[in-house]
Parts: sequence; C-alpha cells; structure tokens
Amino acid sequence: MAGKTLYDKLWEAHLVRQNEDGSSLIYIDRQILHEVTSPQAFEGLRLAGRKPWRIDANLATPDHNVPTTERAGGVDEIVDPVSRIQVKTLDSNCDDFGIVEFKMNDNRQGIVHVVGPEQGMTLPGSTVVCGDSHTSTHGAFGALAHGIGTSEVEHVLATQCLIAKKMKNMLVSVDGELGAGVTAKDVVLHIIGVIGTAGGTGCAIEFGGSAIRSLSVEGRMTICNMAIEAGARVGLVAVDDKTIEYFKGRPFSPQGELFDKAAQAWKELVSDADAQFDRVVEIRAEDIKPQVTWGTSPEMVVAVDGTVPNPEKESDAVKADGIRRALKYMGLNADQKITDIKLDRVFIGSCTNSRIEDLRAAAEVVKGRKVASTLKQALVVPGSGLVKAQAEAEGLDKIFTEAGLEWREPGCSMCLAMNPDKLGPGEHCASTSNRNFEGRQGFGGRTHLVSPAMAAAAAIAGHFVDVRDMMSQ
Amino acid sequence: MKKFTQHTGIAAPLDRANVDTDMIIPKQFLKSIKRAGFGPNLFDELRYMDEGQPDQDCAGRPLNPDFVLNQSRYAGASVLLARENFGCGSSREHAPWALDDYGFRAIIAPSFADIFYNNCFKNGLLPIILSEEQVDQLFKEVEASEGYQIVVDLERQVVITPAGDEFAFEVDAFRKHCLLNGLDDIGLTLQHADDIKAYESRRRHEAPWLFDAIHN
Repeated sequence: MAGKTLYDKLWEAHLVRQNEDGSSLIYIDRQILHEVTSPQAFEGLRLAGRKPWRIDANLATPDHNVPTTERAGGVDEIVDPVSRIQVKTLDSNCDDFGIVEFKMNDNRQGIVHVVGPEQGMTLPGSTVVCGDSHTSTHGAFGALAHGIGTSEVEHVLATQCLIAKKMKNMLVSVDGELGAGVTAKDVVLHIIGVIGTAGGTGCAIEFGGSAIRSLSVEGRMTICNMAIEAGARVGLVAVDDKTIEYFKGRPFSPQGELFDKAAQAWKELVSDADAQFDRVVEIRAEDIKPQVTWGTSPEMVVAVDGTVPNPEKESDAVKADGIRRALKYMGLNADQKITDIKLDRVFIGSCTNSRIEDLRAAAEVVKGRKVASTLKQALVVPGSGLVKAQAEAEGLDKIFTEAGLEWREPGCSMCLAMNPDKLGPGEHCASTSNRNFEGRQGFGGRTHLVSPAMAAAAAIAGHFVDVRDMMSQ
Repeated sequence: MKKFTQHTGIAAPLDRANVDTDMIIPKQFLKSIKRAGFGPNLFDELRYMDEGQPDQDCAGRPLNPDFVLNQSRYAGASVLLARENFGCGSSREHAPWALDDYGFRAIIAPSFADIFYNNCFKNGLLPIILSEEQVDQLFKEVEASEGYQIVVDLERQVVITPAGDEFAFEVDAFRKHCLLNGLDDIGLTLQHADDIKAYESRRRHEAPWLFDAIHN
C-alpha cells in the first residue's frame, strides 16, 4: 500500500464520520473570527437558539475595517459609521458568547492570519478555519487550514465540525537554491504564473523541495497564504525543526512536558516517502527572479526584467481577451517594460507580508534612502500589535519614517481597502498583498503584487526596479 | 434553506474568465451585518459608472450600458452563464447572497472556484459544471436568441435548452439531497452529536494540547 501524504494524515486524524452518501464530517480544532464574515453567523446561532459547541476553540480579532492611523479614541471614534457598527458587532457577539477577542486597541490585535500562529492558537496537526480565504496561510505549520463561508462559520460554531469532501493531493516541489533578493513571495508568484489561478482547484497543495525547506516559517506562511490564488483552498508545508521551534513559549502553545509530547507527535506530520500525489509540479529555484504582476489576476505575472505581454501573440481567444481587458484596466501597453511602470503609492503589509521578517527586508532596502518625490504615499502596516512592538524595538519604524514611509497601526488596511486606506482611480500601487483584482485596493485602483523588498525598492525609485541592483549598490 | 428542484429562467451570458468575488460584490458592501439586500450591488463596478456606497439608493445611479445585465433582453434573468474559474478569490458568502438577492437560481460554467462553489449550496443557489464545448454552445445560443430560457432539472441532473438538447451534470449526492429538500446542514450534523463527542474524548487523550488552551 502506498504511503500517505501529509494531507491524508491530517484528514484521517480529523475524520469524525463518513456518511453513506460520500460526504464526511471532519472535526475543527480552531476557528478564528473577524468582523466581516461573522455577524450573520452569530445572528444565525441566535435565531436558532444555539450556543457555540466549544468556546475554547475560538479566537476573534477585528482586522479588515480597523483604521491604521492613530486610534487611541477606540472603536467609538472609527469615522466610517458602517465600519464602526461592524467592529462593535464583533465585540458584542464575543462578549455575549464568551469568546476570547483581542479588541482593536489590545496590543495582540492584528490580522487574523498573523495573530493565530503568533499566539500559538494555530498548532501543527490542527484543523484551522476562518471566514477568510487566506486561512491557507496556517498550512505552513502542517495544519489543515482553509477559508470557509459564513454559513460554515456558523456550522463550526454550532457543531465544531464541517461537512467536507476530501480534496486531491498536489505537490509543488521547488528545488535548488534561491538567488539573493529572491524571496518567498517571488517563489509563490512564480508558481501561480506557472500553474495558473485555477491550477490548484480541488486540491490541497503541499509545497516541498529544498528551496521550501530552506525558507523560514514566515516565508512558508507567505507561500501557503497564496495557495488560494492558485485555486487551492489548502496549502501545506511539512513539519520540521523550524516549525517546532517556532511554537516554543507561545501563549496558547502547550508548555513543559506537554510541549515535548506534542512535538513528538508533530514530527510525524510529513508526507511518507512513497506517498502518491495526484499531480506533481517541479520548479527549479534558480529559474525564479523577483516578480511583478502586471494584470488583474495573480497569474498575470512576469519577472521584473520582463515586459507586459502582447495579446496579439496569444493564440487562445479567451486568454487574449483577458489580456486586452487587463491592459485597458491597468492603463498599460503591450510589450511595455515592467521597470517603466510608474507608481503612485506603495503598500507594505497584509496577511501575505506584514510579519517581522517582511518589515526587516523592506527596512534594509530603504535604510538611508528617501522615497521618490513623485510618490503620493508609501505605507507600512504591521500585521499585529506584537509585530509592531518588535519592529519598534529594532528601530525599523525610524528607518521607515526617516525614508518617508508612513508607519501605521496593525490591520488589513490597503490590501482590500475596507478601511480608509485605499487607491484612487487610475493609481498604480506596488503592493505586498495577495490580489490584484479590479477595484480590490480601491475603485479603479491598479495593483501590482510584489515582495516587500521589491515594494521598498519601488518606493525609492518611484517605478519598478530590480531590487538585486539596489542591493549591490 | 431554500429548496431547489426544477427551475426555468432567462439566461444571461457573462463572457469573461476568472470572475472573482470582489467583482461579484465589492468590499464596501461587506460591511453590512445582514444577509439580505446585496442584489442592487451585484457586480457593482461593472454595472454602474460611478463608485457605489453602502446603503445608497441605486435607482438613480448611472448604468454601464455595455454590461450584460443592463441590457433589457436579459431583464429578469435567473440563470447566469459564465466562464472558467467563476467565483475565485475571497471566501465572502456575500457573493452568493448577492446573486441570490438579484434573482439568480443557477450558474452554469466550465469550472468554479472551490469556496464559492461550496457557498452556493448553502444558499439554495445551484452551480452547474458543464464542459467547455457545452458552455460555448449555450453562449452562442443565448446571444443569438432573445428570451432564451434554460431549464435546470436537479432531480434528473440535466440542463435543457429550448431546442431540447439535454446536458447532464454531476452533483454530490449529499448536496443534491439538501437542495431538493431545503435541509439545514447544522440540524443534520447535530443528529451526529454522539459521534462528535466520541471523537472529542478520543482526541482529548491523543492530543490534549488542542483542548482548553484558548482563554483570557
């Protein structure tokens, strides 16, 4: 019998029952809640007279709507009344049902996918869900994690389970050594460019190979975060010593002897050598350069030394049409050099790239330099209050502000512009976030996805540049 | 949940691939704490010429005449014809809520993004996967003939064109059963409460660190 994949193992460990009709009930260890996708779920519980099955499996924090400017005045001073109501609704729902919440001005507040692992809420071998597609992030720790809709948020609150169907197993193996200036973000953008935005639909993607193993756990989080942009709800990386080390001493991690016992179990969370995958994609690390998206889907990506594609050279009619539409929306010309794209704003943040290593990488590039005078704004938004405190302890905030970037309070911010941080119509933004969809960062806004180092380099130059050239200066 | 058995309705063709859920319902409308009322903002950025705001009366807003749902021949459409990877991106269930609130009952495409596909079933909205060739044929026929109506028969798992062509589609037995009978998932799962408790007591022994850890 063939061995098991990591996904197979996680699935089997959480199978509560297999129904006759082919559906399964799987157990959910952890649910993270935020203000946007939970209010209707709590309302549903109330209407049905139900209570949460397990209070201690949930953690909440507001992130999408919170302002990132000075907010000592608290929730009552959120200017947008609709955002204010949504954040207050999360607060009152958590208070009513007894769910632990890091409220807006708690220093542990932040983006759900930064906070969960940071607190040791996410653990290897656990199942983690959240009403947010980027829940795939937590798979970086060998957890089975995926986004769900609000009906399922309610279902998990009420039953601690999900009705699910097993996904297919896909392996994306990145082998070799990444060049200097090439980061996890470039790796995942390159992967999406290769397999496409629906390349992982129906699959759990395990990211393996020597280049993935060499990444830090934070880099692996960036990779798994964007599994969903390749169509896969689930991204996974096998557990190794780095994973186990990460969870030592975290507030909700097991402590002492229990930690040692857990660590023993976590070591099993790897795919067996003879495991069978339904699909395997192999990528050479040496082929990956710093990436920039030019279009309105994450698969519309090229290396920084490349050019914008020409629809006349595309044989598939639907794809050519997609390129034309994207060029029009983005205000770009076919065959234009990527380094000729001028920028209006720069955004460093989001669940993809707002952790301490991301901020260090950006700070290293801007240190001693100044943001281009042509830029309207360059924002740095840490992923959590604890990341912010750490960055300040290292003096990164000073480096950013001296270079002319704004240093903000934690939240999702300009990744999806539900708070006041947004692009104006027609503005180009170098963004470390995860989606370049039309209107994503603001009505008519034009997003280019890049790594933190590339965003920082673009902030200095005012247009895209190869960060590797700046590093050698 | 709303039942779905058989439906006949006007089809509207949305001819673009990778329609994401940001496009289906832009983020500013996600600030609502309700489940209903998203219909007027379905495809907001494609449908109107201006930037929509939450709680705004959409009646006086300038319409984009090029957008398919603004064409009078597709008024009252309840079957959406779409291209590959429909519903990609964000997990927002507001997307199926908006489609449902607008009046759509079924969406036909060559492929759907996983989370969106799943969310549809929770709201009595039927996503149907047909082959690229079949979808191409439907696009051609819908565009050629005004008032083109499609019949969706969930019991028999077929889509029927006005000319009588029948295209079979797959649907999970469980999801079909829930849609045909309008069943509430939570109620069904709670029938297995003993299984859940048995799993928990076993798991508590195997992985005690996953219990009682999250508290103030």
